[in-house]
Amino acid sequence: MGEVIVTTREGEEHRLELHPGWTLMETIRDAGIDELLALCGGCCSCATCHVHVDPAFAERLPPMGEDEDDLLDSSEDRDTDSRLSCQIELNDNLDGLSVRIAEED
Amino acid sequence: MQTFDIVIVGSGHGGAQAAIALRQNGFEGSIAMISRDSLPPYERPPLSKEYLARDKTFERIMIRPAEFWANKQVELLLETEVVALDPTEQRLTLGNGNTLGYGDLIWSAGGSPRRLTCAGAELAGVHAVRDKADIDRIMTELDAGANRVAVIGGGYIGLEAAAGLTKLGCKVTLLEALDRVLARVAGEDLSRFFEAEHRAHGVDLRLDTMVDCVEGDGHKVRAVKLAGGEILPCDMVIVGIGITPSVEPLMQAGARISNGVEVDEYCRTSLPHVYAIGDCAAHRNIYADHDRVRLESVQNATDMATSCAKAICGTEAPYRATPWFWSNQYDLKLQTVGLSRGYDTTVLRGDPATRSFSVIYLRDGKVIALDCVNAMKDYVQGRKLVEKSACLPTDRLADTSAPLKTLLTETA
Repeated sequence: MGEVIVTTREGEEHRLELHPGWTLMETIRDAGIDELLALCGGCCSCATCHVHVDPAFAERLPPMGEDEDDLLDSSEDRDTDSRLSCQIELNDNLDGLSVRIAEED
Repeated sequence: MQTFDIVIVGSGHGGAQAAIALRQNGFEGSIAMISRDSLPPYERPPLSKEYLARDKTFERIMIRPAEFWANKQVELLLETEVVALDPTEQRLTLGNGNTLGYGDLIWSAGGSPRRLTCAGAELAGVHAVRDKADIDRIMTELDAGANRVAVIGGGYIGLEAAAGLTKLGCKVTLLEALDRVLARVAGEDLSRFFEAEHRAHGVDLRLDTMVDCVEGDGHKVRAVKLAGGEILPCDMVIVGIGITPSVEPLMQAGARISNGVEVDEYCRTSLPHVYAIGDCAAHRNIYADHDRVRLESVQNATDMATSCAKAICGTEAPYRATPWFWSNQYDLKLQTVGLSRGYDTTVLRGDPATRSFSVIYLRDGKVIALDCVNAMKDYVQGRKLVEKSACLPTDRLADTSAPLKTLLTETA
């Protein structure tokens, strides 16, 4: 079973089991990491599941949709590694994916 | 008598976030969460969508996994009703007759769906859309062959239910008493657009239509009879005519009540040590010209919960969050920012025929809200206009060649 590595705002590192088919947001939420609000429940209607992804994985991620891109623009903490974690569906190819939870807006 | 430092009444988005935010802000005392529901906190918006369509299992719409609450030392008291509140003794009386003491109380009980008052309202097959049990009953009836559905009420709940059931192959008739859908929450441009969309998807949508009664076979619904006498045969009725705030014990205890329980900017009611948040809390909102309003949204419940938790933890953060809301119907993504109530002017930005447009609401020349349909850029950029109460000429707001963010610099 693969894993994803999630770093919280305080710098705490969590290694979480990767369930293919689940989104990264669901994986983080299910692990009890409570910094991620994910208010809209993953329907790409807000930007409260914002993470920064290790650039080494950039090419393996699903491409960013236009709505996701626009929503991320609402965050002060946006950079080139920003993604909404609800839009990243996990698969075995993402084993070892490392992300950091973005600052709260 | 068992006593907790904090008792949270309600396990919706507000109650759940209150518990989470208390722990995040370092609160180490005991916390109990009381709920009429039989399940740990779960998200409500997906119930009539992904959950009804079986695109998502229940575990995927839980706000946190079940064991989270125990790990955070939040005691869940499920299937439990609060029947009375004694603010002097700081004590609740529960439905089973037990009493429960509190240091501080966070009332996050939401509301109960308004029921039909006509004959037949209690028949089997008449449903609200509020909690998982409602949707489970609907799904059971669909599995048993129910197909013709009458949806009563053209607000967001009714429209989303109509869309979800239509996608599942049901034949849906939607009955709205007023002359347009979404009449209480949006401008006419938006109403007419959604009416046309629902009709194009096969919904028999009827405006200015009053229900006389629900007819049954003595047990189960068989038809809806309209005020004009027409009889609409159906297998199921969905009632989406709003909620009544659940504040009865607070009222009996002497809390100041208007439309909901009145709270200040730190979510404090007029009773000592009693806070209220979410759908049932009537608060003065800076986006409503400081009028007292009651908002039914995930945003409002969540952000009030955070303000309330901070107030209890001693780091006061007045509730001033920007209101936002979303509604997904068919392939349409509606997003709202601000509060349109009290608008005197609307500006249509874009062409509804393209299925991507926004309605911008102004009051006294200032932008107060936007409804954006498949128009994410307008939603994201329009938020700033709302937050700044931007004064802009209507022709500039309507000009789709100018992104809204470029207008920020033009504001008077």
